Amino acid sequence: MGKLARSPWLLHYDGSSCNGCDIEVLDCLTPRYDLERFGIINTGDPFQADIFLITGGINSQSEQVVKQIYSQMPEPKVVVAVGICACTGGVFKECYNIKGGVDTVIPVDIYVPGCAARPESIIDGVVKAMELLRTKQEEFSRRKKEKKQA
Amino acid sequence: MAKRSIVPFGPQHPVLPEPVHLDLVLEDETVVGAIPNIGFVHRGLEKLVELKDFKSYVYIAERVCGICSCGHGIGYCESVEHVMEVEIPERAKYLRTIWMEMSRIHSHLLWMGLLADAMGFESLFMESWRLREKVLDLFDLTTGGRIIFSVNCVGGVLKDMTAEMLQEIERTMGEMEKAFKPLEETFLGEYTVLSRLKGLGKMGPEQAVLSGAVGPTLRASGIRYDARKLGYCAYKDLDIEPVIDTEGDAYARCKVRMGEVRQSFDLICQLVAKIPEGPISVPVKGNPKGEYFMRIEQPRGEAVYYVKGNGTKFLDRFRLRTPTTSNIPPMLDMLKGCQLADVPLLILTIDPCISCTER
Repeated sequence: MGKLARSPWLLHYDGSSCNGCDIEVLDCLTPRYDLERFGIINTGDPFQADIFLITGGINSQSEQVVKQIYSQMPEPKVVVAVGICACTGGVFKECYNIKGGVDTVIPVDIYVPGCAARPESIIDGVVKAMELLRTKQEEFSRRKKEKKQA
Repeated sequence: MAKRSIVPFGPQHPVLPEPVHLDLVLEDETVVGAIPNIGFVHRGLEKLVELKDFKSYVYIAERVCGICSCGHGIGYCESVEHVMEVEIPERAKYLRTIWMEMSRIHSHLLWMGLLADAMGFESLFMESWRLREKVLDLFDLTTGGRIIFSVNCVGGVLKDMTAEMLQEIERTMGEMEKAFKPLEETFLGEYTVLSRLKGLGKMGPEQAVLSGAVGPTLRASGIRYDARKLGYCAYKDLDIEPVIDTEGDAYARCKVRMGEVRQSFDLICQLVAKIPEGPISVPVKGNPKGEYFMRIEQPRGEAVYYVKGNGTKFLDRFRLRTPTTSNIPPMLDMLKGCQLADVPLLILTIDPCISCTER
């Protein structure tokens, strides 16, 4: 049980961001910041991911994709909204094609504001996500146990 | 004829950080056609010009794309300044150009990393991005932001560089030039890289022009065209020779970008040596009336800006044609006839920036 929480896999999707946060997310994985020291790997496969990082607001076309990726990820999962656009819609809030933040389509657990969010704050958000993943995992296995007993 | 099948590519794909969808038509392993489907990042930024006044729209223009952010700011500001007939101070022009060239280095190094990652050459990816951090540190030092730093404003720039900062830039450029050498040797000489890139996605000069390629994609096919030669900002005082290659394959495109990084090191040193003293901005009074059309050279190629003012503080129209938009047709041409395994690499060789394309 603990194993998973100690080394979660991360999936990154660009909702409709300007790239700024995306390259900062990738930056976190490179030598200067090195998220991999927490045992995190950036994966492209939603079926193996535990943490879902989304950058950018949601538009009518990416809505379906985000929902689909979210439904493909196994329980327990944590969603991190990176950048102010993912949190609230940010500077693009008034655009005709933007619905708003990520929480308009899927539940978001952790918000990382900033434009572009700095790697330090992204790492902070991911570390918080790991803690949350651990609690969710405990909750998940407890419920599973109860179900088994019943 | 072998049986045709369609394989979807994207929008969520490990190779690209951005969403783009392609339907690849395959005959066995060979791609015979590709149907693009874009619009996953469309926000409708051009329309926002009616809601934000022309001075605060600069912040939106800079958020068209996070990688070429500075360039979009420059393109928009210069167009509005031309409409309003504002002559900005020389020092502001130089400062803009320094940031622009640093953005070019940052963008190309980022691209190299992604290319290495697409080949599965993980250590080369890490190495490129490690070197890129130095440029980001310079942005942090001079503006306070790492990626999007919003220093342009209509009438000049918002932040000045002190003499120490300029010295630091020059020193870092020297340092980076040294560190860039082994990277360049690996990209251009390592046999694993060569075997993936040589002869891939060949495009002749005629085809490149006809399909509308711009930037390094065009120059790799042997066309001497660089919009920096038009002499906007401080480029008029600089000695620029477009970096070209005649092969037209993926390797040539890589080589051209390598050459451009080297060129940018040199240009920044020239700019730092020449930068004049003086004010960094001029006050702008009144509202824009009239229209202007301008071209600038972004890291990915030529971008076209069009603004139309009606005498109020809201512009009538802002139009932007980004380099990736014009590089998509050549990319589709290149994809025909390649192997399925080479598709991610080929898409990367045009350095796609989906966020610019869809705005």
